[in-house]
Amino acid sequence: MSNPLVDMQKPDVIFCIGTNMTECHPVAATGLKKAVARGAKLIVADPRRIGLAEMSDLFLPLRVGSDTALLLGMAHVIAREGLIDEEFIKGRTTGFDEFFEHLSQWTPEWAEEITEVPAKDIEKAAMWYGTANRGAIYYTLGITEHICGVENVQSLCNLALMTGNIGREGTGINPMRGQNNIQGAGDSGALPNNYPGFQAVTDPEYQAKFKAAYGKEVDLEKGITKVTALELCGDSIHAMLIDGENTLLSDPDREHCEHALRSLEHLVVIDIFLTETAELADVVLPATAWGETDGICTNTERRVQRLRAAVPPLGEAKPDWWIICQIAQRLGLKGFDYDTPEPIFNELCELSPIYAGLDWERIDKGATDIVNNQWPVPHKEHPGTPRLHEETFTNGRGIFSNVHYRDPAETISDDFPVWLTTGRRLQSYHTRTQTGRAEGIDYLLPEESLEVNPTDIEKWKLTDGEWCKMSSARGSITIKVKATNRSPRGTVFASFSFADVPVNLLTGSGYDPVTHTAELKVCPVRLEPL
Amino acid sequence: MTHTMEIDGVEVTFSEGETILEIANRSAQHLVKSEQGDMSVGAQRHQKEIPTLCYDPRLEPFGGCRLCIVEVEGARNPVASCTTKATPGMVVRTATDTIEAYRKTLLEMVVSENREVDVSPLRGYASGELTDLRDRYEIDGTRITGTTSGVNKTDENPFILRDYELCISCYRCVRVCAEQEGDHAINVMNRGFHTQITTEFDGLLRDSACTFCGQCIQTCPTGALGDKKALRAVDEIADVVPDKTRTICPYCGVGCSVDVLTKNEKIVGIHPAMDGPANQGALCVKGQFAYDFVQHPDRLKTPLVRREDGELHEATWEHALDKAAEGYRKVYAEHGRHSIYGVASGRAPSEAAYLMQKFIRAGFGTNYIDNCSRA
Repeated sequence: MSNPLVDMQKPDVIFCIGTNMTECHPVAATGLKKAVARGAKLIVADPRRIGLAEMSDLFLPLRVGSDTALLLGMAHVIAREGLIDEEFIKGRTTGFDEFFEHLSQWTPEWAEEITEVPAKDIEKAAMWYGTANRGAIYYTLGITEHICGVENVQSLCNLALMTGNIGREGTGINPMRGQNNIQGAGDSGALPNNYPGFQAVTDPEYQAKFKAAYGKEVDLEKGITKVTALELCGDSIHAMLIDGENTLLSDPDREHCEHALRSLEHLVVIDIFLTETAELADVVLPATAWGETDGICTNTERRVQRLRAAVPPLGEAKPDWWIICQIAQRLGLKGFDYDTPEPIFNELCELSPIYAGLDWERIDKGATDIVNNQWPVPHKEHPGTPRLHEETFTNGRGIFSNVHYRDPAETISDDFPVWLTTGRRLQSYHTRTQTGRAEGIDYLLPEESLEVNPTDIEKWKLTDGEWCKMSSARGSITIKVKATNRSPRGTVFASFSFADVPVNLLTGSGYDPVTHTAELKVCPVRLEPL
Repeated sequence: MTHTMEIDGVEVTFSEGETILEIANRSAQHLVKSEQGDMSVGAQRHQKEIPTLCYDPRLEPFGGCRLCIVEVEGARNPVASCTTKATPGMVVRTATDTIEAYRKTLLEMVVSENREVDVSPLRGYASGELTDLRDRYEIDGTRITGTTSGVNKTDENPFILRDYELCISCYRCVRVCAEQEGDHAINVMNRGFHTQITTEFDGLLRDSACTFCGQCIQTCPTGALGDKKALRAVDEIADVVPDKTRTICPYCGVGCSVDVLTKNEKIVGIHPAMDGPANQGALCVKGQFAYDFVQHPDRLKTPLVRREDGELHEATWEHALDKAAEGYRKVYAEHGRHSIYGVASGRAPSEAAYLMQKFIRAGFGTNYIDNCSRA
C-alpha cells in the first residue's frame, strides 16, 4: 500500500476495484466504513454485488476481466473534462502528452460495450474520482489475477497520476495483501527477480553485493517464477523445497500441478499439516506453527512487526529457519549456523536498504508515537515511512502507461457459456488447513456452494440447494448450487477453500505474461444439473 | 491551539475539542510516569483514575453510566467528564468526597441489578471492569438490593455468549458494532428497567448482520457478552488470569496485533490489542476465534519419509534431514544447479523466507526462488 491503513478513514472519494474487503480484509474495511459514515463517497467496481457494493454510492458491476476497459474509459472522461492535476503532472510525471492522445479513442461508450457498465456510470465514477480532493484506490487480487494484471495496475496508476492522488494523506494506490507475511516474503528476497529489499538480480552492483555476501557466483539473469518452474517439472526442474504452501489446492489447474509435483525426483515440504501437497513429498518436515514461532513479519502497509511464540512447539516440530539451516549444513553450505532467528533478521536488514534502519531489537520494542517501522527505513534514526511517494517517486518520475484492453485468455462460448470467478469468504481462509480445523467455523460455513443468479438457475435447469456439475476446458467438479443475487446473470462464484470442491481443478486458463500471476478470476464454465 | 485548565489543583494543557476525561486520563498517565516519588496532593489524586463503565476511548462519548462525574467550579451540578469538553481556565475537581459518594451510590445500584459480578476473565478483555470498581468502592451489595434486570438469550452460536442478566445497559456493544465495526448488527429494545440488547427481530446472531468479529465481547465491562470458546477452559484455569503474549494475527495481510491467552502451555483464547497499530482493538471472526488449528491433533508432530513401499513413514529428524539433503545433492550432481527450485511461504516469518532464498542463492548460485504470492 502506498498509504497507511489509518488513511482509510480520510479520503473524500474511495474507489474499490477487485476487492471484497469486508470478507477478505475485514479489519481494514472498518476504516473504510468509518470514512463512508463520515460522508466519503464510495465507488465499487466488481462483477458481484458484494458487501462493499451494498454500502457503495456508485456500483459498477463490470464483466469479469474487463477492468482495463473500465479504467481507460474513466481516464478518458477525466482527461476530457480537464480534471487533471496539471501541476502534479508537470512536476512529477512523464509521458502525459502521449497518454492524453492515447486516451482519446477510449470513450465511455466504448468501455460500456466491453464492461457492460452503463457509460453514464463510468462518467460519474470518473467525475467523482477526478474532482476529489483526496481520492484513494483500493484493490486486491481481482485486479492482479488476470492475464492483464499488469495493465490493470498500470491503469490504476494512470488514474492516480493524472489526478495527483498519490503521496498525500487519504489518497494513494493501495493493494491489500492476502497473507500475514506475504509482503515480508517478497521483502526478504524470495523472488526470482529480486534480492532481499527488492534489489534487482540483473543489476551488476547488487550482483557483486550478494556474491560477496554469500560467497557464491550468482546468476546474471532473473530466475523463473513458480508457475514456470511447475511447467518445467520433470523436464529441467527435478527437485523442490516448498515451505508452507498447499500448492495443489491454491494454484490453478490442479491436475497439471499434481502431475508436475509427482514428476519431481525429489520434493521436500515443510508444513504444519499433512496437506494435499505434503502427501506428494518424499520428505515432510514438521514446522512450528504460528503461536509457537518467534519471528518478524510485514503487513500490507509495509509495517514490520514481531511474531512471538506463546506456547512450546507441538511434538518435534521445529522452526522453518532451523529446518532450512539443517538441510543447508548437510549440503556443506557456509553461513547457515544460526541459533536463533534474531541474527537472521539482522542479516536481512544489513543487506536490504529498505530495512537498513531496522533490527530485531527495534522491532521487538514495537511502534511508538514517533516510530512506526513502516519501510523504507533507510537508517537507524529514521522513524519509518507511513506514506510513499510524498516528495518523489522511487524511480524518479511517475510514468503513464498507454495500456490497451485485452480479452481474458478464455472467453465464454457455446461449450462454456458462463463466467466463473473465484475468491475467498469471510469465515474460511485459503485451503482451510487452518480455519477448517478451528472449532465453530463450521457453524458459519459448513460447506462450499456455487453462487448462481436465480435467472441462471432456471436457464441451466439447476435447483437451489442441489448439486450441479461444473466443467471447464480442464475438468469437472460437482458443487452445490446456491441461488443469490450477489452473482449477476451469466457469472457464478465459488471459493477455492474446500478440498471436496476443488475449484482450482477448473481454473488455469492463462497467466499474466510479466508477473506470471494466474488468471484465477476468470474461467468460462458450463453448468449442468446432476 | 493549546489552552490550560486546572485539574485537582494541577495546571494542565489541552487542545480544543478534548473532553475533561481525556485530559485527566492523559495527565494522570503523564504524572505517574514523570513524578514518581515526588507528588503533590493533586498529583496523587490524579493517579486514581476517574471511574467509568460506559466509556471506551475508541467510541463516541456516551454519558450513560454517570460514574465519571466531576465538579466544575461555577457549575451547579456535577458534569459527566466524558461528554464535557474542556474550556480554557476551567477548574475541575475529580474526586471530592461528594463526588466519590455519588459514584459509590451509582455503583451500588448497578451492582444490585446484576446476578453475578465476579466473572471469569476469559469472558472478554474488559469483563472485569465492574468487578474492579466494586472492589475499589468496597461495595458489599447489602445497602441496595432488589430485582435484577436482563434476560439471558439462548443462542446456539459457538462463539458469543449472551448472558444479559449481567448487562448494565452501557451500550458499549451496540456502539462498538455500529461505530467501530460498522455493522449495526445489535441494538436496544424496551425501555428503563426492561432494556435489553438484541438483534433484529430478537433472533440469533447468525441470522443478523453479525459477522462474529467479537468486538462486542471485548468491550463488554461485565462479561454479559462472553467468549464461549475461551470459556471452555474455565474449569481448568478457574479465575486465574491467563498469560498474555503479544503477537500478530496469522491470517490476512492487515497485520492485526493480538494477545494470545495461554494457560499451562495451551492457547485458550485471543484478545485484540487495543493499541495495535493496524487494528486498534478490532479483529475479524478468523483472528478472534480460528486459533485452535495450532494445537490440533492433525498437526504434524514428527518428520515423515517416503520409503520403498511408496508410503510416508515417521522418521527421526536426523534421518529425515539426511534424506532431504541427499535428494538435493543427487539432483544437483545429475542435473546441475538449475534443476532445484525453492518456494517460500507467505505465512512463515521473514527469517524463513530470507533463508529459503539464501539456501537457493548461496547453495546453488541461481535465482530459482519464489513465494506463494502468484496464486
